[in-house]
Formats: sequence, structure tokens, C-alpha cells
Amino acid sequence: MALSLGFHIVFAEIGIAMPLLMVLAEWRWQRSGDPVYLQLARRWAKGTAVLFAVGAVSGTVLSFELGLLWPEFMRLAGPVVGIPFSLEGFAFFTEAIFLGVYLYGWERVSPRAHLLAGLIVALSGAASALFVVIVNAWMNTPAGLTVDAGRVVSVDPIAGMLNPSSVQQVLHMLLAAYASTGLAVAGIHAAVLLRRRDVAFHSHALMLALTIAIPSSLLQPVSGDLSARTVARWQPVKLAAMEALLETQRGAPLHVGGVIEIPRGLSLLAFHDPDAEVRGLDAFPDGDRPPVAPVHVAFQLMVILGTLMALVCAWAAVVIARQQTIAGRPSLLAALVALTPAGFIATEAGWTVTEVGRQPWVIGGVLRTADAVTPMPGLAVPLVLFALVYVCLAAVVVSVIASLVRETA
Amino acid sequence: MSIGPFIIGLPEIIAAVMGVALNAYVLTGGADFGGGVWDLFASGARRDRQRALIAESIAPIWEANHVWLIVVVVVLLTAFPPAFAMLGTVLHIPLTIMLVGIVLRGSAFVFRSYGTRGPGRWGTTFAGASIITPLLLGIIVGAVATGAVAEAAERVGRGTFADVFVAPWAAAFPSAVGLFALALFAFLAATYLTVDAEDDELRDDFRARALAAAVLVFVCAAAALLLAHSAAPRVAVGVVGALVIQAGTAVSAIVAIVALWRRRFRVARIAAAAQVSLILWGWLLAQYPYIVPPALSIRDAAAPAVTLRLLAIGLASGAAVLLPSLRYLLRTFKGRVRVAR
Repeated sequence: MALSLGFHIVFAEIGIAMPLLMVLAEWRWQRSGDPVYLQLARRWAKGTAVLFAVGAVSGTVLSFELGLLWPEFMRLAGPVVGIPFSLEGFAFFTEAIFLGVYLYGWERVSPRAHLLAGLIVALSGAASALFVVIVNAWMNTPAGLTVDAGRVVSVDPIAGMLNPSSVQQVLHMLLAAYASTGLAVAGIHAAVLLRRRDVAFHSHALMLALTIAIPSSLLQPVSGDLSARTVARWQPVKLAAMEALLETQRGAPLHVGGVIEIPRGLSLLAFHDPDAEVRGLDAFPDGDRPPVAPVHVAFQLMVILGTLMALVCAWAAVVIARQQTIAGRPSLLAALVALTPAGFIATEAGWTVTEVGRQPWVIGGVLRTADAVTPMPGLAVPLVLFALVYVCLAAVVVSVIASLVRETA
Repeated sequence: MSIGPFIIGLPEIIAAVMGVALNAYVLTGGADFGGGVWDLFASGARRDRQRALIAESIAPIWEANHVWLIVVVVVLLTAFPPAFAMLGTVLHIPLTIMLVGIVLRGSAFVFRSYGTRGPGRWGTTFAGASIITPLLLGIIVGAVATGAVAEAAERVGRGTFADVFVAPWAAAFPSAVGLFALALFAFLAATYLTVDAEDDELRDDFRARALAAAVLVFVCAAAALLLAHSAAPRVAVGVVGALVIQAGTAVSAIVAIVALWRRRFRVARIAAAAQVSLILWGWLLAQYPYIVPPALSIRDAAAPAVTLRLLAIGLASGAAVLLPSLRYLLRTFKGRVRVAR
């Protein structure tokens, strides 16, 4: 399941942000009449088509795997999380319908209807993400479900959807999608521009990708701060693992990259009070602690990459404000190339933090992972099978995208 | 409220909506899988043109069609969580194989359209996966109908691996239903393609294929019904009992074949769709009031009322957005009016 999710999350991010890029390009084309934008919209639409299809089938696998791997989880949680899942289903349906219109309808519908179809794809993609992340937020900080001795006593799906983590997590995920995809696309086109300066196609592409990447990368640290404070309040043990804080202390320091220590930094960040008490791992029984090392390392990785992304985006914003273009700045282009995979790595790291950091629970405080897993023996077999399928798919997707990029290089 | 032997409440209405979504999936997504089957059996002088027609007619719509299956799954997990849990546990193996089929079919199809390595290898994967998936879907339906799934669920943790996780579906009746589903999807696809084809030669190719598939459908149906008497007594009694549906199925089957024979392809398309839908509803009504017979009834498996009410509101508002959108999609690609640009 984690494997499928880890695979799916990257496709989902691209699936959320790519349609926005392609619509932006088409909009610029309709406004300016510059044929390069049309070429760009069509090329990005092709990439979107491949990634959406793979995202769609890997998403289908996920909807089934909920029952295949976690039957007990679904038996308890179904009445609550089923509602956001159903809404997600409809959002996804809308996305699929209008993507069909967009991809195959260039000659069949009016330009305005075509642009609108693309916009609907972009919006319903974001809506899908909203509903799915709400489910994950609920698993972290469940609300609206009372369970007594393995039986569901009462449910309130609305309260479940409005659980304390929903807003923060959804914001963080959407920004991550736009920042990661925007920077990845910027990086690919920057790589071509480094070799050949004069290609309008790639400089247009780079500017559009940065239009999405810059604001989302700059806002992401703010949303990260919101998320961290929510975790501090509702999931103190996860925060302790993220920071590898062994002992409870007042005015806890913040460690950055294992070297720098900022006195009282953690208390300040987590509670906006330098003297606040932060509970360490010692405050929780052994059986309730997540594995500290992966959570801590993943959290550091995410923060470092996120900071780098924000810094490079700020740099790009300054250059663009002064010179209208960044095609003449090889150092900035090289920095963008270097950050091509950064967003996706940061996303995987963030995913590790939220998932591994919740262990040993699958629904925080309600159901332990070990009690939720299917009783079927030999689970390694489907695991290896799906791993093989995913590795092959990823390889093919990369080669298809590479060939799409090469066509214009 | 009650109509004849049926008690109608929210759980029943939602179960019926699930049936409608499944019906939509079979008629649309099912036919897309059938298209893959004919891709594999493309032959004769026009084999490349046959393949091109199949690709062209499913490309803009298969993803939307595929989402009907996701709708069925999310409604099942929301409204009837214990049924979802039971099916996911006992039918783990066939569901997993079906998923692999779904993943390979979808990705192979787009890789074939957009890839640079040439269509050959992805074409075979696409066609092969298009056979595996309907086969497994039928096997799963067959296994549920026999009641073996519910019995195996009782033995989880006590029975042997083969007894609990293999025996319920690896049996004669589910296999017959699997072949039946495959034949039905192939029949649907060939019939649809007679309408989509733009020249008479291709139309005749698919007419011949549709007629051949109709014969296969008949053979598989006969086999499944014979096996049903011993393996799935409820289905046998129910299907024979529901005379109206039986008669309707027979009439639409005959109309479909006659219309194909006389080249009334649009009529044939409607009759084939009606035939397949009636077969599906025959099965669903025979199972009533059970979702997983004979253990979980619609009422037993239903989620709390508040969830069902919210789901009903969600389904209604979702349908209000989706149905016009779907109509627009189909009008854009299957209609005869085209907007020039």
C-alpha cells in the first residue's frame, strides 16, 4: 500500500499541476496569438495524457487495495472516509471526462469551450487531491467516529472531514504539487536553455512553469509552519520523532542538519513561545512510539529541500523582476536544473513523515496498523508483483516523457 | 415503502444506484475491454485498419468509462463497508490479478499511442490485459453468486490457505461466468464498432465478429446455467423465477442478432446493450436481498443512516454534474455533428 501510494503521489502531483500549466499556455496563446504557446500547450497536453492515464490506473489500484490490504480499517472507517472518497470519485470522473474533451477535442469544440474544458480538468484535479488528503488528515487526527470494543458506536462524516488537520494538510499538499511540478518542468526546460539560449519554445515554457513554481514555493514554508504547529498540538509524539527529541523539555532547541543547534528554536517554532514545553519521546509509552530514525531523517530532508526551493525561487523572482527573463543567467538555470527532482523527493520525504510518524497506528489512537492488515498470508507476493509493475511503468513513463522533450530540443 | 417482495429504503436505493453504476461500467468500460479482445484477433487484409478503428473509438472515452468501476468501489466501501472488507479479504487473489490487468491495459494503451518504440509490444500487452480483466471480473461475480465467498469468510484464520483464499473462486461455475463475461464484452464491442466504422468493409468485419461472439455468448450462458443448478442454487432459482427479465433478455438477444444480420446496426447496438443490462439485473435481483449471499444482506451490511444520507446527497449532486458532462463528451466524440475550427 505504501508502495502504491509512494508511486501514485508523484503522478497525482503532476496530474494536479500539469493541467494548470497546459491551460496557462493555451490561454496565453489565445491572448497573444503566439504559436509557440500553442505548441507548448499541445506538448504539455501529451505529457498530461500519459501521466493522467498512469495516475488513473494506479489510483484504481489504491481504491481496491484499501479493501485488499486493510479490510478491518475499511470496516471501521468506511462510514466516515467513504464520503470524501465518493466525492473524490466524482471529482476524478469530471477530470477524466473533460481531459478526454481537451485531448481529443482540439478540432471538435470551440476555442473557448476547449480552454474551459482544460480549466475544469485543472480544478477537478485539485478537488480530488483535497478529498484524498482529507482522508489522510482524518487518519492522523480522527474525528466523528466512536468505536467501542471493535464496534462502530456512532459516526459523523462531516465532523470527520473537518478534523483538526484537514485544512493544513490540504494546503501543504496542493502547494507541494504546484511547487514540485512547476520546478520539475522549469528544470527540464532550463536544461535545454543552458545548451541553446535562443529557443523561444523553452524560454516561454520556463517562464510559465516559474509562474506556478515561484508563488507556491515561497508560500510552502508558511504552510509548513502551520502544519508543524498542528502536529505539535494534536500529534505530539510525531513531533518528538520528527525532531528526534528524546526528553521532554522547556525551551527546547532546534537542530538543523544534525550540526547547527538553535537554542529554544523548537519551542518557538512549534508553539510560537520560546519557553513552551515540548514533550519528548520519554513522555509516551514504548508501544506508542513511531520509528524515530526514518521520521527524523525524512523531516530534515523535506525541510532542507523546501528551503532550497524557496531560496532559488526567490532568486528567480528577483531576476525576473529586474530583467523580465532569466535565459541569460546560466548560474540560475543550473540551479533550476539541479532542483528538478527536489520537489518530488521532498514530497516523498513529507509522506514518510506523516505516515511513518503516525505508526503504530493506522487511525491515530483508534486502530493499530497490525490489527487492520488483512489476515491473508503471503502478502509479500502481491507486494513484489506490484513493485515490479510499478518499476516497469516508471521506467516507461520516463522514457516516453524524455522522448517528448527531445522532440523539440 | 415496499413494492411486491422488495422493501425500499435508503440502503436499497443506494444498492440500486451501485447496480446502475455497475451497469454503466459493463456497457462502456466492458466494451472497451472487448475492443482490446478484437485488437488481439485483428486479422485479414484490413487488420491494421481494424486496430486503428478500435483505438480511435475508445481513446477519448476509456478513462471516463473506467471511472464507473471506481464509483462502484467507493459506493460499496462507503455504504456497505463489511461487504467491501469481506470481498477484499477472500477474493484477494483474483482482485489483485484483475488490478494488474487494469493497470497494464490502461498504461499499455497510452504508451502505444504516445510512445516512440513502435506499437508492437504495447499492442500485445494491451490486448492480453483486455482478456484477463473481464475474465477475472466474471470469476469474481460468479464466486460471490455461489455463496462460497461468504462461507470462506467464516473460515478465515481456521481453514487452510487454499480452502479460504483459492477454493471460493477457482471453481467451475465462476470460470464459466468469467468466460461468459468475456464473450459478452467482445459481443458488445463488436456491435458498437459496426456503428463507429466509417466504411462498409470494416463494418462487415465487425458484423461477422459480432455474430460469432453472439454464438459464444449463447454457449457460455448455457454452460453457466447448467453449472448454476449445482453450484449456485439461489441464482438458478432466482433467474428462472424472474421470468420477465428472462423473457426480456431472450427477446433483446434475438433482436440484436436479427438486426446484425439485416445490417440495422444502430438497432443492434441498442438491443445488445439491453441484453447485457438485463443479464446483469437478472443476477442482481436473484441475489436480492443479499450483497454477499447468503451472509450479508443489504440491511446487514449497510453503514449508519447518517453516512447513507450524506452519500445519497453526494451521489445526487455528483450525478447532476456528471450526467450532462458525460452527454457532452459522447456528443463531442460519438455524435455526427462536428464543429469545425
